[in-house]
Amino acid sequence: MEAGSTTAAGARAVPSLGAARRRYGEDVVKGILILATFLSILTTTGIVVALLVPTIEFFGDVGVWEFLSGSKWTPLFEPPSFGVLPLLVGTLLTTGIAMLVATPLGLGAAIYLSEYARPRVRKTIKPALEILAGVPTIVFGYFALTFFTPEILRGLFNADVNIFNVLAAGIVMGFMIVPTVASVAEDAMSAVPQSLREGAFGLGASKLSVSLRVVFPAALSGIVAAIVLGVSRAIGETMIVLIAAGQIASNSIDPREPHYSLASFIGATAKGDVPTGSTEYKTIFAVGMLLFVLTLVMNLISIRFVRKYRQVYE
Amino acid sequence: MAEHVTEPEDKQREAAPAGGVGIPDQGARFSRDGETEAEPRRPREAIFQLEKVVVSYGPKPAVRDVTFDVGRNEITALIGPSGCGKSTLIRCLNRMNDLIPGARVEGRVLYHGEDLYAPNVDAVEVRKRIGMVFQKPNPFPKSIYDNIAFGPRVLGRKQNLDETVERALTQAALWDEVKDRLKTNAFGMSGGQQQRLCIARCLAVNPDVILMDEPCSALDPISTGKIEDLMMELKREYSIVIVTHNMQQAARVSDKTAFFTVELASDDDHRTGRVVEFDDTEKIFTNPADSRTEAYVTGKVG
Repeated sequence: MEAGSTTAAGARAVPSLGAARRRYGEDVVKGILILATFLSILTTTGIVVALLVPTIEFFGDVGVWEFLSGSKWTPLFEPPSFGVLPLLVGTLLTTGIAMLVATPLGLGAAIYLSEYARPRVRKTIKPALEILAGVPTIVFGYFALTFFTPEILRGLFNADVNIFNVLAAGIVMGFMIVPTVASVAEDAMSAVPQSLREGAFGLGASKLSVSLRVVFPAALSGIVAAIVLGVSRAIGETMIVLIAAGQIASNSIDPREPHYSLASFIGATAKGDVPTGSTEYKTIFAVGMLLFVLTLVMNLISIRFVRKYRQVYE
Repeated sequence: MAEHVTEPEDKQREAAPAGGVGIPDQGARFSRDGETEAEPRRPREAIFQLEKVVVSYGPKPAVRDVTFDVGRNEITALIGPSGCGKSTLIRCLNRMNDLIPGARVEGRVLYHGEDLYAPNVDAVEVRKRIGMVFQKPNPFPKSIYDNIAFGPRVLGRKQNLDETVERALTQAALWDEVKDRLKTNAFGMSGGQQQRLCIARCLAVNPDVILMDEPCSALDPISTGKIEDLMMELKREYSIVIVTHNMQQAARVSDKTAFFTVELASDDDHRTGRVVEFDDTEKIFTNPADSRTEAYVTGKVG
C-alpha cells in the first residue's frame, strides 16, 4: 500500500481523546462543597462534645442511676436531689397532650389539602399554614397563660385548674405543631402518583376510601416523618412550657397541675444565677444530654419504622 | 339505573333483554375463526350510545363529533394518531374526567339507555359498573391479594373474599403464576403480570364494561399477546372498549373500530380530535369509507 493513499484517507484529523485537561474551576467548586459538608458535621460534633464534657463531669458528682431513677428534682435547694423523673414526666405529658392535638388536626388538614381542596384553596391555605408555623413560641406561651387557661380551661373545669398547668401548655403547643405536621404530611400525600388514585377511583372507590386506603398508606413514610418532626419539636419546646406550665418539678400526672420539663428546666436555670462550674450548673448539660438522646432515639425508631412499613411506589 | 344492572350469571343470555336497547346489526359481524358465523344472528345490544359527544378541558374542545355505540360482548377499539382525544373520550365513559378540574362533557352519553351525565347519576356508582385498566400498570403498593381484594373491600363485599380473589386471578390467567405468593408485594411482579393484576383487580368488582386505555403500550410482545388472548376470553362475559396505538392489535382483537383524527385550528394550533369513521373492524381495515382512515390504517400517515 502506498504511503500517499493513507494520507489521503486520513485527511480528516481525528481528535485525540487522550489529552486529559485538569479543570481547576471544577476542583474549586468541589472543595467548597466538601467544606460545607464537613463544617456542618463539625458543628454537630462540636455540640455533642460541648454537651458531653460537662455531662461526664456531672456524673462524677452524681450517680447515673441516681439521676435516671430518682423521683425528686431539687438541684438548687439544700440538700440537693438530682432525680430527673419529674422532668421526664413533665416532658412526656406536654408532648403527649400536644401530639393528641396535633396528629389528628395536622393529618386531617393534610388530607383535606391534598385530596379534597381545589387547587386555588390549597394555594391560599398552605402558605398561610406555613406562616403560622413561624409564629414565635413565646407568643403561644402567653396565649396559653393569659387566654387559654383563664378563659377556656377554667370555664370548662370551674376554676379547678392551676393558673400554671400542663394541659394548657400541651394543647397550645399542639396548635403550634399542627402546621408542621400538616405541611410535611401534605407534601408526602401530594407526592403519591395520580395513577394510584385513578386505579382506585376506577374500581368505584369513594373519595374517602381513596384518601384513607390508598393515598394514606402510600404516603405512610412521609406521614410518620411528619409526626416524628412534630414530636421532636414538642420534646424540645421550651418557652410555652416555661411560661404556661409553671416551674414545679412534680410526679403528678394530673394535667391540671403545674409541671417542669427537661427543656423548660434548662431554659429557666440557664437564665438564672447558678455559678459556672458548679454541680447545679452542670445539671443543665446532663438534662440537655438526656433531651438529645431522647430525640435521637425517636429519630432512630422512626427510621426503622419507615423502612419496615414503607410502601414503595413508582 | 338499578334495573340495568346485570347479574354475572345472566351475562351470556341468548337474546337482548326487553329493557335493553336493541339496535339493528350493521352488516355482517367481523368473524374470528368462523365461530361467530355459526351462531344464529341476534340483534346487537348497545351498552353505550354516544351522540355528538364533545369533551373540553378548557374553553376549546379536546374531542368533538363523537357518535358511535358499543355493543354487548364486543370489543370496540378506538384508534387514531396521538392527541386525537381517544384517551379523553374513553375516560368520559366512566366519568373519570370528573377528577380533572375544568373537564366538561357535552352531547349524550347513554349507558344502557340512561344518561351517564344526568344530575342524579353518582359517578362512584358508575365506576363500580364500568371498570378501567390504564396505560401504565398501576398496582397499589400492597400485596397481590390485597390489590385484588381492594375493590370488594371498599364496596363492602367482604364475604368469600378468598373465592373472589381466586376467581378474578383465574379469569385474568394469573392464578397459576401467583397462587403461591399472594401475600408478596405486587411490585415484585413483571410489567405484564402487573397489568394482568390490574385487569384482575378490575374483574373482582364484577363490572359490566371494562375500559382499557392503551393497556399494552408499556409491555413487551409476549405480555401483549397474553393480554390480547385474555381480552378474547373476557369478551364472552364483559363488553370491552380499548384505546390502542397498535393497529395490528385493533385488527386482531376488536369487533368494531372507531377511527379518530386530529385537526389543528389554523389560528392558535389548538388540537381537536374527532371521529371520522366507525364500522366493523374488518371493514375499517380492508375497505374504509374515508380516505383519511385508509391512509392511517395502511400506514401512509400517523
